[in-house]
Amino acid sequence: MSYRGFRLDGLSGAVYTYISGNIAGRELHGGCSERKRNDLMIYMDNAATTIHKPEEVKAAVMAAFDTMGNAGRGASAPALNASRAIYDVREKLSRLFRAGDPKRISFTANSTESLNIVLKGLFSKGDHVITTVLEHNSVLRPLYECRDRGAELTILGCDEKGAISYEEMETAVRENTKAVICTHASNLTGNMIDLERVGAMAKKHGLLFVVDASQTAGVYPIDVEKMQIDVLCFTGHKSLLGPQGTGGMYVREGVYIRPLLSGGSGIDTYNEKHPAEMPTALEAGTLNGHGIAGLGAAISWIEKTGMDQIRQKELFLMRRFYDGVSRIPGVVVYGDFETEKRAPVVALNILDYDSSEVSDELCTEYGIVTRPGAHCAPLMHRALGTVEQGAVRFSFSFYNTEEEVDLAINAVRELARE
Amino acid sequence: MRDKELRLIVTFHTTADAMAMEKACREHGIPGRLIPVPRAISAGCGLAWCAPLTERRKLLEVMEEQGIGAEGLHECMVRV
Repeated sequence: MSYRGFRLDGLSGAVYTYISGNIAGRELHGGCSERKRNDLMIYMDNAATTIHKPEEVKAAVMAAFDTMGNAGRGASAPALNASRAIYDVREKLSRLFRAGDPKRISFTANSTESLNIVLKGLFSKGDHVITTVLEHNSVLRPLYECRDRGAELTILGCDEKGAISYEEMETAVRENTKAVICTHASNLTGNMIDLERVGAMAKKHGLLFVVDASQTAGVYPIDVEKMQIDVLCFTGHKSLLGPQGTGGMYVREGVYIRPLLSGGSGIDTYNEKHPAEMPTALEAGTLNGHGIAGLGAAISWIEKTGMDQIRQKELFLMRRFYDGVSRIPGVVVYGDFETEKRAPVVALNILDYDSSEVSDELCTEYGIVTRPGAHCAPLMHRALGTVEQGAVRFSFSFYNTEEEVDLAINAVRELARE
Repeated sequence: MRDKELRLIVTFHTTADAMAMEKACREHGIPGRLIPVPRAISAGCGLAWCAPLTERRKLLEVMEEQGIGAEGLHECMVRV
């Protein structure tokens, strides 16, 4: 049986082979304990970050180390190499999100930075903002800060499966409502929000529509025009398969965001104010050119492989896992699995076991990497009644296999029996 | 130092605009290159597109077609 796996020390993402059940040529350094039954790592924490990147991504980062100067800082060959490479990735992202003008894409270090810039830069005292309990702390905490400074906040609840009510969202609109902000998919349940529907509602009431695409960019098509999205925040290191430290945002023309940072821009040096033109307006300081080069290679890989194919495989693996574990007595799975339109995530609990203990057992005994606890999604856990227990989240990528899924199902079955 | 000649110099609001300009000119076969903005034009810093004077019409056409916004269009003595 052939098998794809990773070295835990590693950066290699190498392919290993099972021969008659034996696993050869792998080393483990750190992470899981010596009690492991085998030393293969099965990585199922892709909603936190994808560990296996296309080879092209690594090659692009390494090449950038040899060629890139500081983008926008002069007309030397290395500086221009960086400027060109970064502009090329702006173009790729604007194509990916159907954003039109590449200059409407600003780079940041991750979704959290994008969301902080956007939320703190958009809302002032007296503004009302609508959001949902599905949100990650990267949305909630900046919004709480806005609330402390005088903004008003409505957080929509959900049903027992973690789905929001679109009618309730529209009912929440007030005279001073400025924006709706929501995630495209819950990082805990995988439930998705219908962006086209929310976008139409926002447009109808003259509201700004801000989207956190952390869990879906690269896997689900996002069309900012069709979905009437005004601001889209994304990270590069999850389903976009790029390096950590890359991310950004799309900002529709005409939407003004007060910059969180000001400083070096490479242009207009003697102006006391940071340039107001996008993308520079929201990019102070040296960009992560090396990482952005890797992100560009990742987007090319996604385009070449096909987003539909990537998504279909991930959803197939998710469905196979869900079908396997949901039948096991003592296992509770969270989220709505009646639809295929969801992020490839399965969060579960086994009996009344602490999710941290289950996740640790999966890692130490089976080499299966999952994420226990609260997942930076406090309101979603509160809504599901899992604050005490947490949940064990399995999240899949294109690089997972059916064999890995079956091993994970068996592991859950064994733990539920103990 | 190389001799100075009169050239068409296009300045931009952002580096991204300069990149868009270079790409568009390459695609349309318009000669020129990116240079640091000459001091005579701006006391700041940044990139400018430097092209032969004869390319003015073509440059303006491409900029309009591609939606590239320029900060200014100048004729300036630069070293070539």
